[in-house]
Amino acid sequence: MKTLGRQAIFYAIVIGLWVLIAQLRVWPPYLFPAPKDVAESLWAGFADHSFWIAIGVSMKRMFLGYAISVAIGIVLGLGVGSSRFLEETLGGLLVSLQSLPSICWLPMAVLWFGLSEKAILFVVVMGSVLSVTISMETGRKQMPKIYSMAGRNLGAHGWKLFLYVLFPASLPYVLTGLKQGWAFAWRSLIAGEMISVSLGLGQLLTMGRDLNDMSQVLAVMVLIIGIGYLVDGIVFRTMEKQMQQKWGLAPAS
Amino acid sequence: MTTLRKPVVSDHRSAARAISGRLNPSSGFSVLHPFPANQNEIPKLRLRELSLSYKTNGGERLLALDRLDLQVRAGEFLCIVGPSGCGKSTLLHLIAGLHSPTSGTVLVDGKPTPGTGTDRILIFQELGLFPWLTVGQNVEFGMKMKGVPKAERREQAEHYLRLVHLAQFRDSYIHQLSGGMRQRVALARALASEPDVLLMDEPFAALDAQTRDLLHDELERIWAETGRTIIFVTHNVREAVRLGDRVVLLTFRPGHIKREFAIHLPRPRHLEHVDVAQTAREILGELRDEINKSLENEYRVQA
Repeated sequence: MKTLGRQAIFYAIVIGLWVLIAQLRVWPPYLFPAPKDVAESLWAGFADHSFWIAIGVSMKRMFLGYAISVAIGIVLGLGVGSSRFLEETLGGLLVSLQSLPSICWLPMAVLWFGLSEKAILFVVVMGSVLSVTISMETGRKQMPKIYSMAGRNLGAHGWKLFLYVLFPASLPYVLTGLKQGWAFAWRSLIAGEMISVSLGLGQLLTMGRDLNDMSQVLAVMVLIIGIGYLVDGIVFRTMEKQMQQKWGLAPAS
Repeated sequence: MTTLRKPVVSDHRSAARAISGRLNPSSGFSVLHPFPANQNEIPKLRLRELSLSYKTNGGERLLALDRLDLQVRAGEFLCIVGPSGCGKSTLLHLIAGLHSPTSGTVLVDGKPTPGTGTDRILIFQELGLFPWLTVGQNVEFGMKMKGVPKAERREQAEHYLRLVHLAQFRDSYIHQLSGGMRQRVALARALASEPDVLLMDEPFAALDAQTRDLLHDELERIWAETGRTIIFVTHNVREAVRLGDRVVLLTFRPGHIKREFAIHLPRPRHLEHVDVAQTAREILGELRDEINKSLENEYRVQA
């Protein structure tokens, strides 16, 4: 509760400063709108459904892309983490690819798929699959050997061993990577939407710029931050808590 | 039954070939090779010339197990004791098929085993219970892998949890249980796979004395009720005498069988019972002899 109070005071001060600067007219309102203008833009965006549609479209791309990269990342990461050959060959390539900003995949995606849903999905997947893979690989290696031995001993082989033993056993080590993968996917998505395709939050941002509508730009930015925070705070926090309860780990403060 | 009355010689393998026995009426055990009493009987488990060697970090080859022969009757409770580092755990891993021997074969019912198989379930020293599953789900795991339908799985798990007196903890997670309870979950999980041979690797070593006493009683009862064949590895000779029909003594590296002792004490036994203590003392003497002998041998080689 004490933390909540401090946070409330902090944000009150930030917004207060914002109001103050806007009132002082240091910059013209079309470049530096007051919080009230941004709030009105937000309200208007939801009222005419354009924000709802954008959120819907973006989240659909997000879930699809993230699901694909988690599926690929888990299989690839477990593979690289289990096989010395794959680690020495594919492992190095994956690490070097990670230094590539995900938006760099966009030209390739546009040439291959055109300005389409597939292109944006490709960018989202490429943006997040590597961090999922690498964390999965680390998890596979850090995981105590006893679990895979016990699993094999009890008749788990092949994909069953992966699905029912190796994956859940590596989850505590991997959750951070899944979280990071989500964050990367989110960034790649918005960046991709800004440049290439129609609809979605990224495109709303670009539209705000084209219309010289700073308060819409800020409103969409608030939305992007808000959604990112909600997913992190609700989905991943819940997963972490559940896992800590099951495993009996001390809750990370 | 023809029994050659001939003193056991120190070389285990020649003794095994002779199928000889020497009964010692004054104590609760006899030094003999009680198997096979009937040569037509196929042993439940047979280890044939099992050897394992591996390269150490220094690059030299280390012989961990040396042409180890062992036969275990169906329903027998066999205890393996030996000095630490004699490859007891390794032996269980080989039997379970988790590692491959350098040479030799593991046979169940006379048939060679291909790697792991749920006919041989190992209870690890560290147990290896799955912390992401509930107690009930842990017990069901083996059946789930076999594709047993859910309702049947639940029923079976229920049965085995009752057998180890943990039915009311079905929905708990592993970290919520005490050490003794975890042991019993591991036992229930192993039994639920209905193995031909149950392998136990120093399962009670980390427990306090009271809990261990209790688990000895439970294990003996469950063994009698289920009729499973059990191979139980321990460094505690008294525990081996308390539980086993037969106690097998392993030598220090390279591990092979030095002696076997059939334990004739009536059941149920107790760890503090005079006969158990007396028998254990005699076997312990042999064990010390073996340790000393191997140490002397090492010194002589080095000198």
